[in-house]
Amino acid sequence: MIVSEEKVRQVAELARLAFSEAELRNLAGEFNRILQAFAKLNEVDTTGVPPTAHVLKVKNRFRADQVKPSLPRADVLKNASAVKDGSFVAPPVME
Amino acid sequence: MELCDLTLHEIKDLFVKKEVLPSMVLASVVRRIREVEESLGAYLALDLEAAFAAAQAADGRIKEGKALGVLDGIPVAIKDNLCQAGKETTCASRILQGFVPPYTATAVQKLLDQGALILGRTNMDEFAMGSSTENSAVKPTRNPWDPRWVPGGSSGGSAVAVAAGEAIAALGSDTGGSIRQPAAFCGVTGLKPTYGLVSRYGLVAFASSFDQIGPITKDAEDCALLLSAIAGFDPLDSTSVQGEAVDYTKDLERELTGRTLGLPREYFGEGLDDEVRRIIMAAVAQLEELGARIVELSLKLTEYALPVYYLISSAEASSNLARYDGIRYGRAVAGREDLATYYTRTRSEGFGPEVKRRIMLGTYALSAGYYEAYYQKAQQVRTLICREFEEAFRAVDAIVTPTSPTLPFRAGERLTDPLAMYLSDVCTVPVNIAGLPALSVPCGFAQGAPVGMQIIGRPFAEAAILQIAHQYQKVTAFHRARPYGAGRGGQDGL
Amino acid sequence: MDFEAVIGLEVHAELATTAKIFCGCSTKYGAGPNTQTCPVCLGLPGTLPVLNEKVVEYCIRAGLALNCRIAGYSKLDRKNYFYPDLPKAYQISQYDLPLCRDGFLPLASGKTIRITRIHIEEDAGKLIHSAEEERYSLVDYNRTGVPLIEIVTAPDLATPEEAVEFLEKLRRILMYLGISDCKMEEGSLRCDANISLKPAGTPQLGTKTELKNINSFKALGRALAYEIERQSELLMEGKAVKQETRKWEEAKQRTLPLRSKEETQDYRYFPDPDLVPIELDPAYVAEIAASLPELPEAKKRRLIEEYHLPEYDADLITGSKHLADFFEAVLKHYFSPKAASNWIMGELLRLMGEAGLTPEDLTVNPAHLGDLLRRIDQGEISVSQGKNVFERVFRTGASPEEIIEAEGIRQISDEAWLRTVVAQVLKDNPQSVGDYLGGKTKAAQFLTGQVMRVTKGQANPQVIKVLLAQELAKVRKKTEETAGLARENKDL
Ligand SMILES: [Mg+2]
Ligand SMILES: [Zn+2]
Repeated sequence: MIVSEEKVRQVAELARLAFSEAELRNLAGEFNRILQAFAKLNEVDTTGVPPTAHVLKVKNRFRADQVKPSLPRADVLKNASAVKDGSFVAPPVME
Repeated sequence: MELCDLTLHEIKDLFVKKEVLPSMVLASVVRRIREVEESLGAYLALDLEAAFAAAQAADGRIKEGKALGVLDGIPVAIKDNLCQAGKETTCASRILQGFVPPYTATAVQKLLDQGALILGRTNMDEFAMGSSTENSAVKPTRNPWDPRWVPGGSSGGSAVAVAAGEAIAALGSDTGGSIRQPAAFCGVTGLKPTYGLVSRYGLVAFASSFDQIGPITKDAEDCALLLSAIAGFDPLDSTSVQGEAVDYTKDLERELTGRTLGLPREYFGEGLDDEVRRIIMAAVAQLEELGARIVELSLKLTEYALPVYYLISSAEASSNLARYDGIRYGRAVAGREDLATYYTRTRSEGFGPEVKRRIMLGTYALSAGYYEAYYQKAQQVRTLICREFEEAFRAVDAIVTPTSPTLPFRAGERLTDPLAMYLSDVCTVPVNIAGLPALSVPCGFAQGAPVGMQIIGRPFAEAAILQIAHQYQKVTAFHRARPYGAGRGGQDGL
Repeated sequence: MDFEAVIGLEVHAELATTAKIFCGCSTKYGAGPNTQTCPVCLGLPGTLPVLNEKVVEYCIRAGLALNCRIAGYSKLDRKNYFYPDLPKAYQISQYDLPLCRDGFLPLASGKTIRITRIHIEEDAGKLIHSAEEERYSLVDYNRTGVPLIEIVTAPDLATPEEAVEFLEKLRRILMYLGISDCKMEEGSLRCDANISLKPAGTPQLGTKTELKNINSFKALGRALAYEIERQSELLMEGKAVKQETRKWEEAKQRTLPLRSKEETQDYRYFPDPDLVPIELDPAYVAEIAASLPELPEAKKRRLIEEYHLPEYDADLITGSKHLADFFEAVLKHYFSPKAASNWIMGELLRLMGEAGLTPEDLTVNPAHLGDLLRRIDQGEISVSQGKNVFERVFRTGASPEEIIEAEGIRQISDEAWLRTVVAQVLKDNPQSVGDYLGGKTKAAQFLTGQVMRVTKGQANPQVIKVLLAQELAKVRKKTEETAGLARENKDL
């Protein structure tokens, strides 16, 4: 076992996903099979090897500090499930 | 042969000769759609009214000899992860139900600007995660050569639409093989461009450092035409590469003499279907006959590509897909009692099982205590894989492999085993890891199913791999076989 | 037991660019909700960020002004967390390779506060809690994507006073650089504080709390003082300080723990694949360094040396670059440093305070104040007339000359004429003269007032003072002579 069910539960919470107990058990099993197969990576010696986040050699891509028209508010809110006073409606946030 | 079974360049020539008008081609394509779409399910949404209106305008231009370009009046399908203003874009996911973007993907805009007729939006694995188009939340798509087989994925809808004559050409996206593998399974030509060649602006992100938009067409010449139309620098995409516009048809007619092609041992080993091996080797012999020099080579890190790919792509996906929360767009759940519950319910009901699996895997790979062991380790091995390809390309001009290690598999066969499904991508993911260009060309049939050969090029050497594919297609007819119409069963006569 | 506080600050300053950090939306404050948003800053599917070059430049300016090393290679990372004000569910920020690091800022005492890092990142949106806030909250994404720099200090601050001084100095520098409005009340300057206590004289660090919702300099001082008090009480009672985030409650002048989920934050930082690395050419950094304005400390020292201003004056005037620039501009028109400083610190700041203006809003033409000072010096108008004129200059923007002419303001210094006026006033007010001569010197003020009344306030007060003294002396002498004569007569 590389990953416990408890860890899978924590990851689910972090990802804002919910699973039934059966799903969770199943997922933990899959996780372990997948990660076991992926453990193969440890065979590769990566000492001193820099990570690659970009295959491109592109750097310094900038835009000018220029204002462009924003989207009309009607279009901004068009896809929202709930709208009030020109704003999106979100569930209550407790602080 | 029906107009809908012709290639883009054949139709373009008919346009130039004014023997055919766009609306006639469109009518033929729509006829085919009416015939086969119900059993194939290539499209999620058709937009025929707009296509007919656009065809009329194109008719006028063709008659006057004032075409906007080679794409003018050509019916094209686009994958449902490419945004088009005013058209519902769902990525075949419940969570994006009802989302209508107010902007158009740069690649799609280029098609529109050049007069292409957008037929509609094609089915795909949800958020492009999958290799069979069975992960669509809407419906599965069937392989036109045999509906019991999957069409491959994730751009299964686009590949099927082109293969079946439901479109002349299509756009797909390729994160780990999502253009090439369905192209192979459906007997069409599909190209994944070098990372950075085609703007990703408006392509709904799956794994940002791998995703590329590319053409799916009936042959290499069409691929070159469509690629020329969509490639190029876009100031809206920081990872798009600056450079001169290239005409990718320019080198097609050059002979293969002097080209060196490499066969990496590791792609021909265990796990490769015998029939696929036989067909690929025959194709390689054909290339040799055309004047190419064939050398064997070794890409030792190939076996590590799958974990590298799945760890990094899932990590990026977990972040890219975190924005789907039902507040600003997309499907929302009832009840807004508290934030965490709302998020969790929206996402749990909205995403399908494969998407959730990858979000989970990616979240885990990035989480505290595991980042170094998984995500960072994968990024380091990625560096080594890139170097290995770089090294290989010192000795060869292109690398030839199977596109898929197996023939199209049966629907449902791999759904319950994610690892088996992931293995479908074993030949294609290394290309995305290194950001290289690669295409798949039809190179034979086994048990009635098409087989695809993958040709991998140096960065930005699309012209070279298209040339190899075109020269190959000049002396073969596999790409001319059609599952419907006059070409039906065409493979038997080859 | 005595405790020492260990304080570090995390300051977020909104950069004064015209467009947002990754899109073309305006950064203007105060627009209607969601009117300054677009597909990119709303994080709509498929959209991509492109970095505003000014954001990089401004961060480098801050880094250079705060003595930082500027990174040759830098990148942007994603900080992942779910919150409705964060439309992508990640904030684009910088994790392990910030643009600037290892800087410092000296306090007046000479103590140096180390600056660990300065990085660029995007701001989040704003949650509006409605009256029915129990049921939902409203989200406005106008602020989403406004560029920020985050400045993190080492835990080098030992008292609330040091923390406030640091923040004031920092604010002054950022404003001099022209890279941020630094308006705490509008949220364009925000400050979180980390604070822990340790037994005096030991190196061992205690458990820290993080203080949020600090909306003014005063609040920073008070929140830290409150927290020192609270933590030391706990420690004295042998209780442990809990590591937590606490919110400063302005109304009740106390800190309270933020209600937080038991889940610990795991931001899962990783390099943003949508953005490419920043590689800075040393020549470009040198160019920015060469273009930096004179910074507050340097300017203050120069004002002291060049104009012999008292430290107090120099400090006040360099409190704002606008004010300091105004001061020097006045001197260009009329060179009288101490007078200019007095007028700025006195009349100008008073009028601005009454009008609720900040130095940035200052519209007075420095030539006008210079001209006024010259006229006063040359005796053309009196100081009190000058104050009247200046108030009008301040309110209307008219020049002193226009005002003086229109109102017929002048100062009469003609001695012969003023002497007759004074003589007449003395004649008309024998009672006051008598009082004065009887030792009540205050009566002189009344008499001066009478002269001003007759001359409609235009008499030169300096001249009046002299003439009044002379005329009163004459009266005294005459009175004494008369008295002496009478005595002589009596004797005869
Ligand atoms: Mg921050
Ligand atoms: Zn915007």
